[in-house]
Amino acid sequence: MRKALALGAAAVVLIAAALISAFVGAADLNPVNVAAALAGEIPFVHLSSGLSPIDHAVLFQIRLPRIVAGALVGGLLAITGAGYQGVFRNPLVDSGTLGASAGAGLGATIAIVYLGGLGPDVVPVAAFVGSLAGVGIAALAGVIGSTRGISNGTATLLLAGIAVGLFLTAAQTLVLQQSTQVIQQVYEWLLGSLAGASWAQVTEILPYSAVSVTVIMLHARYLDVLSVGDEEARALGIRPAVVRATVIAACALAAASAVAISGLIGFVGIIVPHVARRVAGPSYRVVLPLSMLGGAGFLVLADTLARTVVAPSELPIGVVTALIGAPAFIWVLRGTRAVAS
Amino acid sequence: MNPLKHSAPVAVLAVSIALAALTALTACGSSAGSSASPASSARSSVVVSASASTRAPSPGAFPITVKTTTGLVTISAAPKRIVSLSPTATEDLYADGAGPQVVAVDETSDYPPGVPKTTLNGTSPNIEAIAGYDPSLVIAAEDTGGLVAGLKKLGVPVLIEPAAATLAAAYAEIEQIGQATGHAAQADTVITGMEAQIAADLKKAGTTHSDLSYFWEVSASPYYSATSQTIFGEIAGMFGLKNIADKVATAASGGYPELTEEYIVASKPQIIFLTDNDPGDGGQTPAIVAARPGWAGLPAVKNHEIIALNDDVAARWGPRLPQLVAAIAAAVESASAASAAS
Repeated sequence: MRKALALGAAAVVLIAAALISAFVGAADLNPVNVAAALAGEIPFVHLSSGLSPIDHAVLFQIRLPRIVAGALVGGLLAITGAGYQGVFRNPLVDSGTLGASAGAGLGATIAIVYLGGLGPDVVPVAAFVGSLAGVGIAALAGVIGSTRGISNGTATLLLAGIAVGLFLTAAQTLVLQQSTQVIQQVYEWLLGSLAGASWAQVTEILPYSAVSVTVIMLHARYLDVLSVGDEEARALGIRPAVVRATVIAACALAAASAVAISGLIGFVGIIVPHVARRVAGPSYRVVLPLSMLGGAGFLVLADTLARTVVAPSELPIGVVTALIGAPAFIWVLRGTRAVAS
Repeated sequence: MNPLKHSAPVAVLAVSIALAALTALTACGSSAGSSASPASSARSSVVVSASASTRAPSPGAFPITVKTTTGLVTISAAPKRIVSLSPTATEDLYADGAGPQVVAVDETSDYPPGVPKTTLNGTSPNIEAIAGYDPSLVIAAEDTGGLVAGLKKLGVPVLIEPAAATLAAAYAEIEQIGQATGHAAQADTVITGMEAQIAADLKKAGTTHSDLSYFWEVSASPYYSATSQTIFGEIAGMFGLKNIADKVATAASGGYPELTEEYIVASKPQIIFLTDNDPGDGGQTPAIVAARPGWAGLPAVKNHEIIALNDDVAARWGPRLPQLVAAIAAAVESASAASAAS
């Protein structure tokens, strides 16, 4: 009951966030006209919005795709974080710990420094490839480490991920050093932004998102079993290594899709799953979908602030997620601990 | 066998090797320092023999003391070996006629063609590498990485000529570089010529276009612009153009604020200037701008007033500034005609 309530509440928050976001922005569109224009999009409803062609373009080509992209990216980052945390049975893991962010950063930097001439789509593609490569190298390093070593595989994989992440970050700095003129461009990308999000970007990553989210969701029950221990999981007929490999691959794909649109946005993958667990308990069957809904709502709200607080200028979204997310997170930790004890 | 007995001589050996190496290094260092003077005197004779050329610096003006952002800099004699770490300073030097004195320029300096390009870097300068060119004057855009202090120890004067924020500042830098290199007269000629070209463009295109608004695109995704507080804004303002970025002219953004996309579109600029169209610098062509979702209805897109400026001319505020002004003037003329027609 509480779980259903939590999911429902998260869905309501997401819808409310999206609606609020649709009505505010630097362009100062008339709210009545916006409402009419949105209602006009509902099938069989015919309303003339009174928006000028430019205002109509602002709403439907700039503001709405940005909201949808924000929801998608936020949902992917949060479910990825939750998935990794399940795989590693460690609440502090997310894409950042496994070489995915560092790999994406290296890919994007290489694209900006060396491949700028190949067109504007190069950076997201390079970030996507880099993110997958980062996790791939980390996984490979982890496997090599755990077959030769004596420690348990999960911890080794995590340590390998951190080492690979540091290595890739150093490589990224080295590449950046070759062309200091693009420092600002690279820096902006590393901070993350949903500026320039378009329907085309959303449709480009939608297939990868759908596949990866489906795979992660289907493994929710296995992640619950893994949480009691590998021995128990084996006794129940589950092969932990296979589950881990599958979920890691799906999470890598989901994170790479998100990163391709937004650049690096920290914090969402750690705090949202935490809040989800605090609210609805540890079962991944709830934590995964709740994280996805919560992450989507959280990032839509954060991006709304990013593009309105200093309008017509913008704040980097990573700044907003951390500035609001960190205190909110501490507040949630405090509040729930008091209830639990 | 006692390992301690064994290790003592090894340690002594190691220490003596290290000491010997240090001594050798010190000797190298001092010999490099002393050999510098014969080398430079040899080179000075080369310059003296070329003094018949009209480009020879006028020796009478030295020693000269000029005032820069990092304090007073005294140059004792006409500099014979100049190192430029700034592409703008390089263009200034050659325009002023100091080209023959330039021995090395940084990796981003590429104009005029044939400059002695090296791997020197102006944003993270390597003092030793610069000193390797035995410079008698170094010009850079910023004092970073201990550049001024480091070269001061070697007795090399450094002129810091930062990115100009106004046309007047750009002229002043051309003039100062002229004075510091012994070409003050030619610098004045360069500046007079620039002023005349700019005045002609202003006269031709007109200075009362307050009905035209423009968006100056420094970079896309995210969109960075330039306000009227920048040299770009100053030039566009001379034609009377209205800058859509001026609403965010906060001190913190230094004249280059980030704009949210929907604000740019809702502002309906009549002209869009691109300084991010070089392949290595964003690659935003007019076609790409026109195809951005939601931009199709903008007056600038409809009237084809998306102007791809030469990124280098737009980012170096030196002797080629009149080219930038001319490009803006041409855009103003055609946008004015388009808005009159519609």
